[in-house]
Amino acid sequence: MGKLFLEVVTPEKVLVSQEVDSVVAPGTEGEFGVLPGHIHFLSGIVPGELRYDAGGTKEIMAVSTGFAEVSDDKVSILVDAAEKAAEIDVKRAQSALERARERLSKERGTEEEIDFARAEAAMKRAIARIKVAEKAM
Amino acid sequence: MATLRDILRKIGAVKKTRQITRAMNMVAAAKLRNTQGRMESFEPYAGKFAEVLGNLATGMDPEIHPLLVKKEEVSRVELLHFTADRGLCGSFNTNTIHFAENWIKEQTQAGKEVSLTLVGKKGKSYFTRHGGNITASHELIYGKVDISFINQMTRDFTTRFLDDEIHEVYMIFTRFVSMVKQEPTLVKLIPIEPPQREEPAEGVTAEYLCEPSAEELLIELLPKHISVQIYNAFLQNEVSEHAARMTAMDNATKNCTEMIENLTLVYNKARQAAITAELMDIVGGAEAIRKG
Repeated sequence: MGKLFLEVVTPEKVLVSQEVDSVVAPGTEGEFGVLPGHIHFLSGIVPGELRYDAGGTKEIMAVSTGFAEVSDDKVSILVDAAEKAAEIDVKRAQSALERARERLSKERGTEEEIDFARAEAAMKRAIARIKVAEKAM
Repeated sequence: MATLRDILRKIGAVKKTRQITRAMNMVAAAKLRNTQGRMESFEPYAGKFAEVLGNLATGMDPEIHPLLVKKEEVSRVELLHFTADRGLCGSFNTNTIHFAENWIKEQTQAGKEVSLTLVGKKGKSYFTRHGGNITASHELIYGKVDISFINQMTRDFTTRFLDDEIHEVYMIFTRFVSMVKQEPTLVKLIPIEPPQREEPAEGVTAEYLCEPSAEELLIELLPKHISVQIYNAFLQNEVSEHAARMTAMDNATKNCTEMIENLTLVYNKARQAAITAELMDIVGGAEAIRKG
């Protein structure tokens, strides 16, 4: 079986750049898996967990919003932020989650539509981080 | 003779100045390396992003998203302008401010109102003094910007654009061409002119399966495109600033060295003159005694 080449890129740095056997990523329309020989594919990425399998070692990462491109057995994932499970600061994520919850409970029903959406996005990011960190433990 | 000591004092002062400029040069060099590193690590993201967006946008109906549609009447434009937070970097700030000033003049003559979003202390103090219409200003944020800050900026611009508060958004930053050349550059941010793929039929024209649809994806990517451009401007401007400061401080150090050399020469001459004068005195005195 062939191999996939996975790249996880954020504006700050290239986090992953290696050969893998399979990738599972959180797409806008639900989670999707990529194996070698996948059709050319573009998808939005929502905050969640990204899993990949490289020669038997399974890795898991938390990603925030962005998009993914699959072409010729090359998977490029471009996201605003991404962390490997071991690098996640759980305390920070938890306090972010609390802050977001607080804002959400306050602002529901008011005109602050945009802030509401932002708080919701922040909450999703925090939840994704915590989940990934817990799984890795 | 007081002049001798005066010259010595002056040499000391110049030496101290040279120490400072040399230190500043080295600090700028270190910061430059750091920023260049960040610029390099941003390149893969920016490159890939432009590629995908180009693929998506080629052949797409420009009416698809309001951010792509040109306003029929343009009377209010916003300028995002980048300067440095500090001086002592040669003509860096002057250049970019002049460039912006000229552009604003052109726009005003064309009957457009220009409002400003400023990044950097120097721009703020200039435009406050010269009566610019400032909507927002950010200071001391170079090196601290992350993508969420930029996204916030993009959101502000797009909301104001969609609310018809502004009709076009431009930005001026100093592009880093090389260590010795940095030039002010004007870029149009909104309405977006998406990068078109240069050669539409490149053999393997990759037909993508898109999730959600290509249109929806494009709509999501467009605001990001603005963020990517702004982030790039931040980095470029920062690198340019450090490069400009390095050059300026290098020149200053050289000038100091030259000045010290000249002053030392003057000092030695004066010293020689003093010794000669003293000798003449002694010889003259001795002669007088002998004769007497």
